[in-house]
Amino acid sequence: MGNAIQEDYRAGEIKLRRLKKPLGKEIVKHKYLYLLVLPTIIFFVVFAYVPMYGVILAFKDFDYSLGIFGSPWNDFQNFRDVLGNPDFVNAFKNTLFISFGRLIIEFPVPIVLALLLNEMFNGKLRKVYQTVFTFPHFISWVVLSGIVTTILSDQGLLNELLQVFGFGKNNVLTEGNSFTALLFISNIWKEAGWSSIIYLAAIAGINPELYEAASIDGAGRFQQIKSITWPALKGTAAILLILAVGGIMNGGFDQIFNLYNSAVYNRADILDTFVYRSAFTDATGFGFSTTVGLLKSVINCLLLFSANFVVTHVFKEEGLY
Amino acid sequence: MKRLSLSNIIIALILGIGAIITVFPFYQTLMLSFSTILDKKAGGIFLFPKSFDFSSYIYIFNEGKVTQGIYISVIVTIVGTLVSMLITTAGAYALSKKGMPGRNIIFTGIVFTMFFSGGLIPFYLTIQKLHLQNNLLVMILPVAVNAFNLILMKNFFSTIDPAIEESAKIDGANDIRILFRIIVPISLPIIATMTLFYAVDRWNEWWLPMLFINDTSLQPLQLILRDAITNLSQSLTNTTGAQLAAGVQSVYADSVKSAMIIVSAVPILMIYPFVQKYFNAGIMMGSVKG
Repeated sequence: MGNAIQEDYRAGEIKLRRLKKPLGKEIVKHKYLYLLVLPTIIFFVVFAYVPMYGVILAFKDFDYSLGIFGSPWNDFQNFRDVLGNPDFVNAFKNTLFISFGRLIIEFPVPIVLALLLNEMFNGKLRKVYQTVFTFPHFISWVVLSGIVTTILSDQGLLNELLQVFGFGKNNVLTEGNSFTALLFISNIWKEAGWSSIIYLAAIAGINPELYEAASIDGAGRFQQIKSITWPALKGTAAILLILAVGGIMNGGFDQIFNLYNSAVYNRADILDTFVYRSAFTDATGFGFSTTVGLLKSVINCLLLFSANFVVTHVFKEEGLY
Repeated sequence: MKRLSLSNIIIALILGIGAIITVFPFYQTLMLSFSTILDKKAGGIFLFPKSFDFSSYIYIFNEGKVTQGIYISVIVTIVGTLVSMLITTAGAYALSKKGMPGRNIIFTGIVFTMFFSGGLIPFYLTIQKLHLQNNLLVMILPVAVNAFNLILMKNFFSTIDPAIEESAKIDGANDIRILFRIIVPISLPIIATMTLFYAVDRWNEWWLPMLFINDTSLQPLQLILRDAITNLSQSLTNTTGAQLAAGVQSVYADSVKSAMIIVSAVPILMIYPFVQKYFNAGIMMGSVKG
């Protein structure tokens, strides 16, 4: 009797072991997949994780001859230097201002654009428009800034036109307020069409019968957008919003670095451009610049997690994770 | 279903104006590249230059630096795109296979790098340690895998019916063979899309060479263009009357600058329409389930 139960138990154990295949065998079975993923792993270790180890420079007095590991600790002196630096404070404020401006001004544009494109009656014209709107995304900020500065420069088209109509010259590129506006407008020019693609993809997934049913029920165009199209876009918008909030400390290095000049540093210098200049132009020291970068990364991560929390728990939308 | 009505016409018009505003700066740049100092003196270049003049183009191609920049950019774009596509495709395919132990750890580790990084200085020191300065590989290796592209591809591969691979497995093919013989040929939309993304990124690269390439004979087109633009922009703040003569000179410089801009944008203009039809499909499939 007791023996039989033991036998049963053993059989069950063997069965269980067979279900949970031994790890070693699983690894051997997937050896070719590991081979395929190996270059990717090496890439991320070398170019992402090794630099992450380098953030300990933020807590050290970097001495080139001693290297990252050998440099002496400096008791948070870098953090005190950074937080007491007026240019850092200025760059921090500018980053916040520009990023929030982008969230308010730039974020809704692709949604509106997608809605408008979706409402187009002419498929061919719609394709042409879409091609035109997405194209600038593929051009670098080096090129685009060249175009922008040519048109807005002292001898450029804008000032030529202003003079024709009897207005005085305008220096968009060297005046703080108009430069900030230029940042928003030129980024919409470059990215709005591209960003609208993901919303258009979400719209394409809507069952057309919903629209037919709605129009039979007498729903007008705006009602259809409000109760069919927008609910389908909400999830996508929520995810993109989380990502945008998680990037608030970024501000757009490529664009600003290529467009700005010393006349607008007080308004356009963001953390990334500040890090670059403090490290390579002003030579404040690598420890200092690393500290700014670390603060930036940490704040971004905290914002990302908070935004995800708010979206998933307060608004009950699907978040990033 | 959608008919010609007033609201439709208004929508088409609004978008049409937007499209014209989008294109106009490119058009203006093109016209400027064909113009000369004389056009400028004769009252500006608005819609058409007074004469179509190719001297800016002749100048930049004779000067040598631009030709060399194009040569470097083409090499980096071709080799870089190949390297990126090989690594990304292989990695994304492996990560799309369920049942591989450690898959989730690897994937989480990759996603984490999108939100946290060591920052500029630790990255700079890493590149120095690897002796990649003044080496064309610096424009290829540190950017070989783009985490977003990898995720997009992984999502695409996960949608492929496993039955296709099962039958190949029974016939004795291993994962590497299956990937290149079966999966790649049926994944052309996503492959074309990713190839375009990587190619554009490599062609547009200016930041890495700015930091790590001092040797002027290895500078890509974007960096040469950037130098030309910054040097010209420096005269921007000078609006004194004494600069007027220099201003006349700068119109010609603007034409040269515009010609360089056009030259660096043309390759993208040429491949973009061919790949566009793929990338709408590619992004849609890849972004299902984010």
